Amino acid sequence: MKIKPKIGVVSCSGECCGLGTLSRVATRLVLEELRYDQTVTICLPLFLAGETQEHGFAKEYPTIAVDGCGKLCARKAITKYSKEPAAGFDVEALLKEWGVEPPKIRRVLDEENVALAKRIAELLAAKVDEIQEAA
Amino acid sequence: MNKPILILPCSGIGKSFGSIARDATFRVCDELRPGKADTLCLSLLVMGDEEARKKVASSRVIVVDGCPMACSRNNVERSEGNVVAEFKVMDLLRENRGLKPRDVTFLDEDGEKLSKVLAEKMAKKVDELMEESG
Repeated sequence: MKIKPKIGVVSCSGECCGLGTLSRVATRLVLEELRYDQTVTICLPLFLAGETQEHGFAKEYPTIAVDGCGKLCARKAITKYSKEPAAGFDVEALLKEWGVEPPKIRRVLDEENVALAKRIAELLAAKVDEIQEAA
Repeated sequence: MNKPILILPCSGIGKSFGSIARDATFRVCDELRPGKADTLCLSLLVMGDEEARKKVASSRVIVVDGCPMACSRNNVERSEGNVVAEFKVMDLLRENRGLKPRDVTFLDEDGEKLSKVLAEKMAKKVDELMEESG
């Protein structure tokens, strides 16, 4: 039987705008609901502040970086301290592609934006499956 | 006019404590003290973004940490930020032993309560800091 590797999903959680909240909620939905047991995460600030143990995270697990904006902090951090992530999502670019406005309120997502987070989470979950299959 | 006080939460994603730190920060910046308090992306700062570094270097910073790893404090100090106050969600839990927040993605009732308490404390600190500088 093929053992599937766990996949690390690392969100930027950017505080500047609602895009960080959207990235964070989508990531949590994958961890808690869609691919529970198959995914793990690490706080990006801990990863950044950390040392060998924390930086080993992305070496141990194939990782998906989930970034709120084009600054791509999660992707760049993983690449800098560990290795190139297996996949990366830029939520801002994704919303542009879908023709959807980013959330205006960053503290709490309204119903419409929770649905948007679920849509992003579905993409992340599909990517988790793809990476596991390829491993 | 005084520069806004910067509040930087850890936004930890593994437990509810990081969500509380984050939620309370947005309450202060967007609802309780808009214009007097502001925030920026902690990760962007740590990744060395010049604009973020300049903003932190020229501001008074309140750090808010969810767990003893103190990622916000550590990262702001590494970026040579001027930390003027520190809040820890763990301290808040000790002061409010009846509250047991569990949910991370969307705060549950106890998480919301703790976020409100923390936000009030931080808003008060923002007022104090603003008064100090006249």
